[in-house]
Amino acid sequence: MSTQSVLARLPFGRRATLQQREALAGIAFISPWIIGFFIFTAGPMVISLGLSLTEYDVLRPPTFIGLENYQRMLGDPRLMTSLYNSIYYALLHVPLSIIFALSLALILNNVGKAAGFFRTAFYLPSVTPAVAIGTLWLWLLNPRVGLINRGLEVFGIQGPGWTTDPNWIKPGIVLMSLWSVGSTVIIYLAALRNVPNDLYEAANIDGANGWQQFRHVTIPMISGAIFFTLIVNIISSLQIFTEVYTMYFGNQTNNAAASAGLFYNIYLFRQAFEFLNFGYASAMAWLLFVIIMILTFIQLRLSKRWVYYEGG
Amino acid sequence: MKQSVTLRRLTQFATVTAIALALVAVLAPVQAQDEISGEVNVMGFGTGDEIATERVDLFRETYPNVEVSFTEGALDEQQFLTAVASGTPPDAVYIDRALLSTYAVRGALQPLTQCIEDMGIDMSIFRQAAVEQVTINGEIYGIPDFWNNIYLMINTAAVEEAGLTLDDISTTDWDRLTELNEALTRIENGRVTRIGFDPKLPEFFPLWVRANGGQLLSDDGRTAMLNSPEAVEALEYAFSQHEPSGGRAEFMAFRDTWDFFGSNNQIVADQVGFWPMEQWYMNVLADVSPDAPIAFKAFTDREGNPISMATGSAWAIPTNSANYEGACALAATMTSTEAWIRAAQKRAELRAESGTINTGVSPANAEAEEIIFTEIVGPTGNEVFDQGIAVLREVQEAGFAIPANPAGNEFRQAWMDAVNRVLNGEQTAQEALDQAQAEAQAALDSAWSRQ
Repeated sequence: MSTQSVLARLPFGRRATLQQREALAGIAFISPWIIGFFIFTAGPMVISLGLSLTEYDVLRPPTFIGLENYQRMLGDPRLMTSLYNSIYYALLHVPLSIIFALSLALILNNVGKAAGFFRTAFYLPSVTPAVAIGTLWLWLLNPRVGLINRGLEVFGIQGPGWTTDPNWIKPGIVLMSLWSVGSTVIIYLAALRNVPNDLYEAANIDGANGWQQFRHVTIPMISGAIFFTLIVNIISSLQIFTEVYTMYFGNQTNNAAASAGLFYNIYLFRQAFEFLNFGYASAMAWLLFVIIMILTFIQLRLSKRWVYYEGG
Repeated sequence: MKQSVTLRRLTQFATVTAIALALVAVLAPVQAQDEISGEVNVMGFGTGDEIATERVDLFRETYPNVEVSFTEGALDEQQFLTAVASGTPPDAVYIDRALLSTYAVRGALQPLTQCIEDMGIDMSIFRQAAVEQVTINGEIYGIPDFWNNIYLMINTAAVEEAGLTLDDISTTDWDRLTELNEALTRIENGRVTRIGFDPKLPEFFPLWVRANGGQLLSDDGRTAMLNSPEAVEALEYAFSQHEPSGGRAEFMAFRDTWDFFGSNNQIVADQVGFWPMEQWYMNVLADVSPDAPIAFKAFTDREGNPISMATGSAWAIPTNSANYEGACALAATMTSTEAWIRAAQKRAELRAESGTINTGVSPANAEAEEIIFTEIVGPTGNEVFDQGIAVLREVQEAGFAIPANPAGNEFRQAWMDAVNRVLNGEQTAQEALDQAQAEAQAALDSAWSRQ
């Protein structure tokens, strides 16, 4: 019996309508993802919500303590530091990465035959392992021998202590993050290629200059892509972990970054796996989830004012 | 005549009895060794050098029925936690003594009382500070392995250039130490090119506190003492030692450029005056720059007494270990005097073959250590390192350890973060240590309450 015929007879032996059959086929096709989602995402989320109400060290059964973990968060100075650091990073990283990626995409959109090479070159850092990126940038940012400060020296500028001065730790990490904007560049490039040429021709006829075309044609037409990357970048920037952990908290402990580089997920990881406070770490995870939900909701509401969808 | 027959019989009886007892004594362990079998999987131990491999070889020879395997590298706490939580712990674990109590009080490790009794391990031959680190509520949870210490390493070329002598180098008088630091620091074109004295913060903060007559934790491991006047003063003082180099940021930016493990290290490159350092670095220097202008001295407290912060790992057996007897035999063999001597002899042979300096090895087994340094590690042919070994022997007797406590990582992080906040200019020493005291005490209270 073919899949088609099985679907045609479902459910319960009645002949299904075309719409029902299509819905069932759709569900069947995405069922591996649905099963995976419940087992690996929704399930652990529900469990972590339960654990956030307990004191739990993995080695012994959890003890229910109600909202104590959430109350403790209010008086935890290191949590506040980590939250501040993550928001600081997001505020710098998100706009800068969008501007940088869009600039690169605009250049790539106009380089002609060499576009393929540059597209690959810009995308390469995105497929480089995060640990390798962290290690590489630790050297690039070294205040005395790093390429960045060496480059600044050429212009007579004494570079800052990117890895040794707490005031420069986060800007250094933002700088590193801009190296990996390849994915965003590809999204913008695809969006730019989809802007109908006749819109520019019409704008040209109306006497719009380059900036006016960019502002009033390009930006609205790719606003959907910008909105998507905005949401994704906000979420990922609040969850930054691997590169910074490699640089400052793994084998190469850097004391200057003890507070300045303590991002939310790093503190969460330490609470869970170093201090064995899995209940508290679970509560922290839920706080971050709520923060991201609120920010995403706000963005969704604001998007109605500036995101243009061709279809509606 | 009758008397002589009786005497002869008595002598014969005594001889037979002695032989029988000797046979029992010899055969009993052999029988026990034969009885012990199966697999022993170990987490956290690397077999990267002859000190490890020789001891493992001895175990394999002594217990041929036991198949031992290692998850190489330092203990990965996540991996260990996951294994324990999922009910598939390793049979034995090699763990930092400072962390051992964290797992022991949570029931992840089992007491070794039976093991010590079965294997006849004499705990009195181990460094007592190390034994105390693995003892919780009167029960021993680990057999101490290494006994690593700290002492001063001195760039004699810099000392000479500053018009000083080795006798001048001392950490006893803190005002004088500051003067020495300033005299040995070199600034060129506004940037430091030689750090006079590196106080090694934050990691050696406990050493500074001890030097100032304080301690970070009460002996029973229950009360944090992070914001005591001695601790605050020690932090303020040690932090001030970055000033001659232009402040902490400049200090660190320069220190990060050192070729620490290379032949152009900070001594050879004349980038440091002197600093406290773990003993293993003497081996590095002996290997990569045996002719460097170096000398060694004990780090002293403000009374002039040598002190050292001793660290090391221990062999422990997780709860639900599938082969307690095998793991116990491994722990006993690896830490035995015989094993350490064999390992030290092998190292001596290898060093002699390669023509490199043998600075010995420091077990927490004091009996083995005594034999190693009196019978195996002879004059190296290099006066500097002979003097280094003499200093090492001196500080081995002066080692202290942070008492066992169930909040090992969290306690350590509390004081480390406090020192870092001071180093980074975020808080004063008093503010930082007050915060650390509250954090550490909360962690200790929570951990002890749930044991």
